[in-house]
Amino acid sequence: MSRYDELKKFAAKLRKSIITMNCYAGTGHPGGSLSCVEIISWLFNNEMNFCVENKDDPCRDRFILSKGHSSLTLYAALAEKGFFSKEEFKNLRQVGGMLQAYPDRLKTPGIEFNSGSLGQGLSFALGCALGAKRAGRSCRTYTLLGDGELNEGQIWEGCMFGAHYNLDNIVAIVDYNKLQSDNLNTRITALEPLIDKFKAFGWHVIEIDGHHFREIENAFTRARAMAGKPTVIIAHTIKGKGISFMENVPKWHGSMAPTGKERECAMRECGCEELI
Amino acid sequence: MENMRDAFGKVLAELAEQRDDFVVLDADVSVGTGTYHFRDAYPDRFIQCGIAEQNMLSVAAGIAESGVTAIATCYSIFAIRAIEQARNSIAYPEFNVKIAASHLGLDVGPDGATHQAIEDIAVFRSIPRMSVISPADPIELKAVMPYILDNPGPLYLRTGRSPLPNVFDENTIFEHGKANILHEGTDATIMAVGVMVHRALKAAKLLAGEGIFCRVLNMSWIKPMDENAVVSAAKETGAIVTCEDHTKYGGLGSAVMEIVCENHPVPVERVAVNDIFGASGEPEDLAIEYGLTPSDIVKAVKRVLKRK
Repeated sequence: MSRYDELKKFAAKLRKSIITMNCYAGTGHPGGSLSCVEIISWLFNNEMNFCVENKDDPCRDRFILSKGHSSLTLYAALAEKGFFSKEEFKNLRQVGGMLQAYPDRLKTPGIEFNSGSLGQGLSFALGCALGAKRAGRSCRTYTLLGDGELNEGQIWEGCMFGAHYNLDNIVAIVDYNKLQSDNLNTRITALEPLIDKFKAFGWHVIEIDGHHFREIENAFTRARAMAGKPTVIIAHTIKGKGISFMENVPKWHGSMAPTGKERECAMRECGCEELI
Repeated sequence: MENMRDAFGKVLAELAEQRDDFVVLDADVSVGTGTYHFRDAYPDRFIQCGIAEQNMLSVAAGIAESGVTAIATCYSIFAIRAIEQARNSIAYPEFNVKIAASHLGLDVGPDGATHQAIEDIAVFRSIPRMSVISPADPIELKAVMPYILDNPGPLYLRTGRSPLPNVFDENTIFEHGKANILHEGTDATIMAVGVMVHRALKAAKLLAGEGIFCRVLNMSWIKPMDENAVVSAAKETGAIVTCEDHTKYGGLGSAVMEIVCENHPVPVERVAVNDIFGASGEPEDLAIEYGLTPSDIVKAVKRVLKRK
């Protein structure tokens, strides 16, 4: 038994919940939700001081999902951790439902920020990190960015700000799955050399396989040890990870849900015969 | 006559002596906005964000999340640049951020069209949860600041740039969302905001000389707007002229017309910038060029009286 087996089980549960919500709503963003499952599993189980009991404590760690379209993963993790019932999955995107298409802090327990407008989550997280330093709190702020999101100019405004203020209590993770809404990153606005870009902006950069728990663990350990600089973890991932017909297929970015045989296949692959 | 920006910076520094529950963010314009007074007195509570207004507004939301009020300052036109951040980072999540913008309208003067925000009322008042206030003189600005800090929620504060003559005395009481009656009259009501308030008072004096007596209202609270004052003016004076250094689309005039049409229709005339961009020039010359002078207000009152 690997010491990461419990995490693998947790990740499998998240994949089940993601596909379940995706099928209930008949839409959503399954591709980018599946690519960040291991990262969010690690954060919620091993990294963050954040749970139902301390969700309003000013000293809690914060997680800001800047790539708000991957809300399914965050909802799955919050439900798994007891923030709300999985029954809520049925009302995703429905009038009166607790779960909006994109995260909403006023409606859903455990959500820190109304993200979804790309580029703003990093800046908000930087504000949280600076606010924590000013208040003398030792809590940390984590934010998950999409690779396509790095097209936004505000991201680089934020990078300058984070380095200028030596915010070593923030970790940004880039879910680098190489695909964005319209096509491959390389065919939209090329990001490379990405590591050099963050380094040039004064950030501590770590590059990992974003589905590999040992690498994820090492990265967050190194981020904690870094003093005086913000850390960015470039996590190489696979869009649609875990569902064979979704992996690396651009059309599963968004506005899609598996139907018919696709649905049977998806539920089977994540070890689930029917909707939760 | 005190400069509005100096009044703003000084009142921030004065308030910082009394309370530690707010910080000030700036986008490399602390001299222009007057926040250098605060920065020099309380450097550890001043957060310089550089020329990056979009990042500044989202950072301000994050700072507010930590439990302090964030006052984000910049020029009005560049607050409009970050309007989506104001909406999605501040108003929608309901963070306690006050966006304090200076350099309003044609009153900015020689810097010309790129720096003259004549759309800010229209843009900010359209955002749910966002309050909008535009004080008429340094006395009102200083009086409302403690109130603004005591009341949580997103707010857009138009602080202006120019020296403005005092229209209030030091003992005036300002209430949330209430218009102030500055001059009584029954023939028509002149409603003005910001730099136009003292021009409206001049117009009322000119009109009084001709036997036309106008009520003059300071409409600094654009949102929430004092509906009772507007409806009373419509009922009691039967005609309204609105005055603003702002495009005629979506600003004070539009807001007043919405209330009048829904409650008690009477003729309304707008003194505002027509559908046109500004240009370089001294503020008073631009006021003449674009029709924002006391005599333009006088003409508008005479027009509205004919429609009564």
